[in-house]
Amino acid sequence: MSLLERFTKGDPDAFEELFRQFQGRVYAWIVRIVRDPGTAEDLTVETFWRIYRARGRFDSQKDFGGWAYRIATNLALSHLRHRPLQQQLPAQIAADDAPDPAVQDEAKEEIRRAVAKLAPKLQLAVTMALIEDRPYREIAEALGIAEGTVKSRVFRAVRILRKRLRKLRVMT
Amino acid sequence: MNHKDNRDLEEIKAALQAALPPTNAELRHDLWPAMLRRMESAPQRVPWYDWALAAAIVAISLVVPRFIWVLAYHI
Repeated sequence: MSLLERFTKGDPDAFEELFRQFQGRVYAWIVRIVRDPGTAEDLTVETFWRIYRARGRFDSQKDFGGWAYRIATNLALSHLRHRPLQQQLPAQIAADDAPDPAVQDEAKEEIRRAVAKLAPKLQLAVTMALIEDRPYREIAEALGIAEGTVKSRVFRAVRILRKRLRKLRVMT
Repeated sequence: MNHKDNRDLEEIKAALQAALPPTNAELRHDLWPAMLRRMESAPQRVPWYDWALAAAIVAISLVVPRFIWVLAYHI
């Protein structure tokens, strides 16, 4: 019996093996969306908890990773919808900071605020596509939507950001 | 997508990456212990058929009170 078949039958060892195989990838996906390691860890555990509860409905012939990413993306989106605006998008987590001297701190703050004010779906699209440089195809698969829809969300977000940042004189 | 859209996209992308640098997406520790805690803390859900059985017992006991003695004997 394959690992996925064992998992769908409720074998706890199979679940642990899948968890260990995928936890890093699921975490990496979530942390890029929520930009906070602690929250991303909690959401990773919650993702696998939902996976575990839904194991009986999973078709073992299908792609486990794709399924896990979709659950993780929905949870991260829900988190973006419910967190207060002032807590949104911490500028930096434990990554190397490479500040651009041309963009002043105040301008950066305005940009962060403008992104945080976007609708969660647009925020996710713009964060993954433009900040994290993930391919449109990958984002589309995780959201369970067409690649064209992701592109249109990114362009809508860019137009909104451009308008807001011009108004605030952050951009020309 | 026209030339202006492309330019806008690149300009916004550069500004976003300066304000919100790409994240360090490496997991710092194993989350399996947290997963186990999550599984243990989950409330045990009573399946619907247990509730149905309890409701049936209460209903029968109200209609036929002697049933309580029969049930007590079997328990």
